[in-house]
Amino acid sequence: MTFQAIVDHIKSNLDEQVIISIDENASPKAIIMDRQNLIEVMSFLQSDDQLYFDSLSCITGLDNGPEENSMEVIYNLYSIPFNHHLMVKVELERENPAIDSLTGLWKTADWHEREAYDLFGIHFNNHPDLRRILLPADWEGFPLKKDYQQQEYYRGVKVEY
Amino acid sequence: MAKEIQYIFDQENLRKSEPQKLREQALKREEVIINIGPQHPSTHGVLRLEVLARGEEVIEVIPHIGYLHRCFEKHAENLPYNQIIPFVDRMDYLAAMNTEHAYAMGVERMLGIEEDIPKRVEYIRVLVAELNRLASHFIAIGSYGMDIGAVTAFFWMTRDREHIVRLLEWASGARMLYNYIWVGGLFYDLPVGFEERCKEFTTYLKPKLKELERVLIDNKIFVDRTANVGVLPLDLAINYGITGPMLRGSGLNYDLRKIDGYSIYPEIDFDIPVGKGAMGTTGDCWDRTWVRMQECFESIKIVDQCIDKLTTDHKRDRDFDPRALVPKKIRPKAQDLYVRAENPKGETGFFFRADGRSDIPFRCKARGASFVNLSIINELAKGGLIADLIAVIGSIDIVLGEVDR
Repeated sequence: MTFQAIVDHIKSNLDEQVIISIDENASPKAIIMDRQNLIEVMSFLQSDDQLYFDSLSCITGLDNGPEENSMEVIYNLYSIPFNHHLMVKVELERENPAIDSLTGLWKTADWHEREAYDLFGIHFNNHPDLRRILLPADWEGFPLKKDYQQQEYYRGVKVEY
Repeated sequence: MAKEIQYIFDQENLRKSEPQKLREQALKREEVIINIGPQHPSTHGVLRLEVLARGEEVIEVIPHIGYLHRCFEKHAENLPYNQIIPFVDRMDYLAAMNTEHAYAMGVERMLGIEEDIPKRVEYIRVLVAELNRLASHFIAIGSYGMDIGAVTAFFWMTRDREHIVRLLEWASGARMLYNYIWVGGLFYDLPVGFEERCKEFTTYLKPKLKELERVLIDNKIFVDRTANVGVLPLDLAINYGITGPMLRGSGLNYDLRKIDGYSIYPEIDFDIPVGKGAMGTTGDCWDRTWVRMQECFESIKIVDQCIDKLTTDHKRDRDFDPRALVPKKIRPKAQDLYVRAENPKGETGFFFRADGRSDIPFRCKARGASFVNLSIINELAKGGLIADLIAVIGSIDIVLGEVDR
């Protein structure tokens, strides 16, 4: 299925408004949508027998910085039987970013979301086990934020060398 | 001068970093929490497992990772594209060439020069990547044998891996972390005589691998230890995002070299081994190891074909400059791009966001195959024995450099 066909298929089966805009410049091409519709759209994408995105390749958290004042979560979907790709982008506010968890649909989302929580502080609602994954639990701040200031001492050890 | 003592000891330090998810107070009768790792040879690096067990039976496994976290993504946001390649090497340090290949491919795609790369460069890239795939599988199979008590395999495999490592050292100057594949080209052309040596090596290797297959893979003790252990059903594997030999071991013919057909893989003839459950159930530990073993033979085929092409159609040429297309300044247009490639461990992906204004990526996220593959360990190990847990870890084939990044 081409990208345009996928977009048309989503629009004809779900509400027209779920796709806010599309990004043809991205590779694979992307749809941008609101976080309120995430679960609805994603479960449609996963289970529809013409789209059947059975594989969630990657979840990327992204911080646009204090000037833009927004964050993003980017999902890369792939359908093994139909061999088509889709990128899904969701924009979040920078203060207390929160989005629904996809662990109910794809188990692989578990660790990807924990990583995004660990490094960006994005809260995933209904995640069964939202703990830090790469950093220790008592680490302060979220390192991949653009305005991250690392803590001066960690247990008495100077962090900056 | 008095030495400055930095670390402040506090009994609360350990509790604050939450090293355990399970609470001892919540244990039921006969249950016990066992800590495995992070410094244990069979965890293949600094992986720590919190195991809830009842006697010998595993009830739950909780992996704790991050001991080798080196902030790859933060580094990548502060470095120009070409200077990230050495960091990429250090992710999957057993298969650095493959990861470099994926990374370089992604940046070239952003720049729009992917189609212009000379064929000779592409053939050399695939040649070194497949050699590295062999080396990675050798470690996977060898150390897996050692995990479950067959030391011979490890000695044989490190012996043969040494040849590959020296070949690659000859080409790039480094044994493991090469920085050989550059964006737009290569560090250098292959050294004179490399093709002949490579040919000698593959001729030497084939009977050795056959011998190993007889000694290890078909060995009754090995089969008893791995067949029907850690069975991974296909639907679960896809839901968990498992890729690479693990997914093929579960019976799906899925290899990005064929599906995406990147680089010059479409011009090369090779097969994709798929697990059939010959010794037990499809998707058990034996199938995964067997798939890796068969992939070694396929990689040898690819290496041989690359050598043929490099000595006939795309011969060595005095005027050939592998750096001819290497851009002075890498400044892609503003875009998002996800690139993926087949690594020995599975699908390695890079997500880039370029802002179009600088030669530094705005965001570079690495999707490590080992990271995703490791997340399934609880499903594979629960209900089995602790000894089988060790067999399961080895069959996943993780590299902690890629898990933690």
